[in-house]
Amino acid sequence: MNRTVLDLWVGVFVVAGILALMFLALKVGNASETYNVGQTYGLIANFENIGGLKRRAPVKSAGVVVGRVADIQFDNDRFVARVTITVDQRYKFPRDTFASILTSGLLGEQYIGLKGGGDEKTLQNGEAFKFTQSAVVLEELISKFLYDKAAEGGGSSK
Amino acid sequence: MLSAITSGLRLVGNRVVNGVWRLGYASRFFALALIRSGTSFRRFRLTMREIYFAGVLSLIIIGVSGLFVGMVLGLQGYETLQKYGSAEAVGTLVALSLTRELGPVVAALLFASRAGSAMTAEIGLMKATEQISAMEMMAVDPIARVIGPRLWGGIISMPLLAAMFSAVGVFGGYLITVVVIGVDAGAFWSQMQGAVDFRQDILNGVIKSVVFGVAVTAIALFEGYDAPPTAEGVSGATTRTVVTSSLAILGLDFVLTAFMFTGV
Repeated sequence: MNRTVLDLWVGVFVVAGILALMFLALKVGNASETYNVGQTYGLIANFENIGGLKRRAPVKSAGVVVGRVADIQFDNDRFVARVTITVDQRYKFPRDTFASILTSGLLGEQYIGLKGGGDEKTLQNGEAFKFTQSAVVLEELISKFLYDKAAEGGGSSK
Repeated sequence: MLSAITSGLRLVGNRVVNGVWRLGYASRFFALALIRSGTSFRRFRLTMREIYFAGVLSLIIIGVSGLFVGMVLGLQGYETLQKYGSAEAVGTLVALSLTRELGPVVAALLFASRAGSAMTAEIGLMKATEQISAMEMMAVDPIARVIGPRLWGGIISMPLLAAMFSAVGVFGGYLITVVVIGVDAGAFWSQMQGAVDFRQDILNGVIKSVVFGVAVTAIALFEGYDAPPTAEGVSGATTRTVVTSSLAILGLDFVLTAFMFTGV
């Protein structure tokens, strides 16, 4: 086999391999999102119950992804979950922003929803949300419902 | 009676000692090939020739198999997922199965049978026709000249082939589910991108394929180098290459998966 032809084919092979990797990274995966670092700031949210929230879960406001969950830890002093989220530097939220754990779809993944308030000052890097709402635990919801029903039934019989 | 037992025991002992001896010899061979691989980079053209034989010539089988594996995944995934009303998740299914498992593993199995067996047969025949001894006579180190470039050619080719397998497979899944069946293209890609993580899934798949590349090439080269210099010996060594490297791929895959994808 001619040297130059061999070189050409090996070159084509390597280029095709790298293109395949690029395709996997950019089109199949989310490398373009994952490595959008440098322009983010961290915020802290304390929840009484995070349900099934995981690291890297999206943080959305009005349905738009504005950040990701960076870390989840248990606060042993206050017995709450301490969730650190990184938010894109482009987005600023008022200090009375309301953070809640929501579920996409009926059984989908859980994410953090942010609802902006009216405060003029914005949350700075490392600050914590004042208002949070825990994840909805299905068992608690059902037991509450049953309890209310029972209480209603007891009331009407009197 | 007693002699039957002792001879049986002796046979088992012999097998075990022999196996351990071969393992040690193989490790020494692998270490030697790594230490003397300077030639493979100083004279990179030698390695390029091996990339051509191991990688470029495997392109067709890798591409065709990847396409069909992706198409089958798309069909089967769609059949099951549409029962639960989530046919759009088929993109996630295809992409995750390919990047995490099927891409590296199936590409490595194909590589072992396509390129590994050829390497073993080539080196076995070189040994049988005393080309290796002739090189030693001319003060050319056969490990540096013959083994090293093949080892590096295999290690470089394998991850590229696995990446191509996964990419073509995803395209095959897209072809079947979106173009033929009619799943919504936007949901197909966006759900896929939401679920596939670059570090967790794609990079781990690449690491897997590098490990498989090292294992398959090292086994193929060792079997060839160790083959008895007869026609029978070379054929036996070729068979052993395919069997051993396939088992090694599956075993290593389990170990790597246990490390990579648990306790997230």
